[in-house]
Order: sequence, then structure tokens, then C-alpha cells
Amino acid sequence: MKTLVVIGALAGSVALQSSLLGLRAGGNQVINLVLIAVVYLALSYGPVTGMLAGMVGGLAQDTMAGGIIGIGGLCKTLVGFLVGVLGSQFNLTSAIPRLFMFVAATFVHELLFDALHALVGWRPFTPHLTTTLIQALVNGLAGLIVFYVVEKGPEAAQRRRMNSRASLSRRRF
Amino acid sequence: MVELHKRTGYLFLGLMIAQVLLVSAQVQTKKGTRVLQAVTFEVFSRVESGTASMVRGTRDFWGNYVGLRNVREDNASLRRRVGELEVALQQEHGLASRSRQLEELLALKTQATMNTLAAQVIAGNPDPTLRTITIDRGSHDGVVADMAVIAPGGIVGRIISPVGRSASRVQLLIDRSAAAGAIVERTRAGGVAVGAEGDPPLRMESVSNLADVKAGDNVVASGVDGIFPKGYLIGRVEQSDRGKGLYRTITIRPGVDFSSLEEVLVVLTPPRGAVRDEAEK
Repeated sequence: MKTLVVIGALAGSVALQSSLLGLRAGGNQVINLVLIAVVYLALSYGPVTGMLAGMVGGLAQDTMAGGIIGIGGLCKTLVGFLVGVLGSQFNLTSAIPRLFMFVAATFVHELLFDALHALVGWRPFTPHLTTTLIQALVNGLAGLIVFYVVEKGPEAAQRRRMNSRASLSRRRF
Repeated sequence: MVELHKRTGYLFLGLMIAQVLLVSAQVQTKKGTRVLQAVTFEVFSRVESGTASMVRGTRDFWGNYVGLRNVREDNASLRRRVGELEVALQQEHGLASRSRQLEELLALKTQATMNTLAAQVIAGNPDPTLRTITIDRGSHDGVVADMAVIAPGGIVGRIISPVGRSASRVQLLIDRSAAAGAIVERTRAGGVAVGAEGDPPLRMESVSNLADVKAGDNVVASGVDGIFPKGYLIGRVEQSDRGKGLYRTITIRPGVDFSSLEEVLVVLTPPRGAVRDEAEK
């Protein structure tokens, strides 16, 4: 079940991310769904799942982006591992800590991504803090929504189902 | 739990390294070589360098240790050898000096037309008022009283009685009671060289005030005394002043350094007086 969730989350996020290529801010994409999925999986399942998901998602993203394969994977592996470790050490079940984790993870990921590209001579190291902040906040909000949907979604659906069954019974009797 | 953390750490490290290698394989350096290749070469070259350095260090350490094991014995042996060599060097110096003196004597002997006999100074006189030395030649060697004794520097003195069988005493020219007929080499002004107190220890007497004698003039034996061979250096005029009476006051610096006499020549030609005595007999 866990494996299915992980694969589904990664596949879905990569597929969705590729369809959102046009949504950009300051040259960077305004949302990184793969990163959100990685952080979500790391917070939910721990550092091992986090880093594996980060590696797979990052490599997939790199392959599709056409750049140097491995840099995205490296960044997301590190982020997944760190978030997983922190998630296993601290209670990150409320909204604010989760939002902070998403924002921090986005900052770390973007800075590392730019730094590694600069290191291999791909492009100069010019971090766009404003753009990164926007992306971090968007990622944070999106991540909170994901958590809410995943955690509250089944419960709400069941409640709705229960309510509809109750109304049917009243009609019968 | 610890095992799990360890495994997680190893896994993380492995994944990171794998991806770093993946990135490196795709990136080229400015020189066009692959980063992976360049980094691998760099890393291995450092490892090789470190290994070589360690091996060299170990080998040097071992070599030095082995070399040092016998250094104490070597040091002691070398110290002994240095000591022996220093002694030998001193001996060589002594021999060289002796040879020089003998060469000078030989040269003097060659120059001298008279028959001479080399002698070694074996003693000085403990009484400073009597300036004499003892030599290792005596009557057995044909030495008789009043024979002249010379050295490379000039006239030393004369043999005085008694003459032993294998040793004899020499009255130095600087003794207060010694005297020798002398002339100034430059002007042929004659006089008598006599021993004196003070410095210089020789005086030339009976030289007319009219005579031309200057400081630096050589004073040589005139031969009139019948003892000292004519023309042999007595010394050099150090001071020449006009005297109160008829004669000048002249001081002479001896040609011989009497303080370091070691080898001398005895002039075996009998003094004229002795010859005359022999003839009278």
C-alpha cells in the first residue's frame, strides 16, 4: 500500500508538473509538485522513503527537463532525507510546522539546485530570493492542502456517504 | 534502532555518491575532460602520492633507524681516530718544523766552508745571570773549548770549558762576559760586540764617533778574535748614538732568537789560539 502511494504520488506529481510548465514566476516555476510530493512522503513515511522518493522524483524531473541528470535528484534526495529525519524527530502534525517545513525545504532545494549548477559551470550562482520565497509559500500552501485532502478527505467522504444512507432510510420508513 | 539509523545513513551516503558520480559523468572540465575522470585521477593520484609518501617515510625511518643502531660505536671509534690523528698531526707538525730547522742548518752547513757539526740543545742554564746552553756534542765528537757555535740566524756563542765527552756548554753571545770582534757590514766600521743587560741584549763597543753607523745596519763577525768565523751575522743595529767620549753607543738586536734555540752547528775548525797553542806544543 505504501509503495503504491509513493509511486502514485511521484508519478502524479511528475505528470502534473510537466503540464504546469507554463506557470512561471521570475524564470522559475511557481510551484514544484514533485518537491511537494517528496516532502509529503518524507514527513509521512520517514527519511528512507523521503530520500528514495526524492531520488526517483528528482531523476525523473531531470530527465524530462533535459538538463544534467542527477542534480535535481541529488537536491531532492538531500531534502527528502533531511525532512524525513526532522519529521521523525519532531511532532509535525499541525499546519504551521508543516508549512515551515515546506518553505524551508523549498529554499534549501532551490539554493542547492542553483549552487550545484554553478559548481558544474552550467550557469552562474544568482539566487532569486523573491521568486524562491513565492515558490516556497505556494509550495507550502499546496503541501498543506495535500495533507488536508489526504488526511481529511476519506473522513469527509465517509461522512457524506453516511449522511446519504441516513436520508435514504428515512425515506423508506 | 541504531542499526536502522546506520543503514539509513549508509543508504543516504550511497545515493548521494551515486548521484554525484552520475552528475560528474556528464560534466566536463574547462580542459574538456570528464569531471568524473578528472576527479578520479585526482583522488587516485592523491592516494598514490600519500601511499608513496608513507612508503618512503617508512623506508627512510627504517633506514635511519638501522643506520643509527651503530652510530654510538661509530662515534666512539671516530672520536678515538680523531684523537689519534690529532696526535699524529702534532707529531707531523713537529717533524716538519724540525725538518725545516735541519734544512736551514744543512743549508748553512753547505754554505760554510769550515767543517761543522750539528748539535742539539739539551739544556739551558737555570741561572739567568749566566747565559749558557748545553749541547749534546762533546770531546768525543771533536768539540774543544772556544769553538764557535752558529745557527741559521747568526752567531750563537762559543764552547766553554769544561767540555764533556758527549756534551758541552756554550756561552751565548748575549752573556755579559761574552764578546766577539764585529764590524758594521755597510761601512766596515770595527768594534766589539758584547753581551749586555736589558733589551736588546747586545752592545757594540769601541766604534768611533766618526764612524757611520745607522740603525738597521748589519753587524757581522770580524774574525779578529780568532773564534767566530768572519762574516757571520751577529745582529742588526737597533740604535746608534754619538757617545760622550770617543765611541758611539750602539745597541744590537741579535740575529739569533736565543729563546728558541733547538739546533745549532759547532764550527769544528779549531780557534786560532788553540792552533797556536798546539803549534807551540
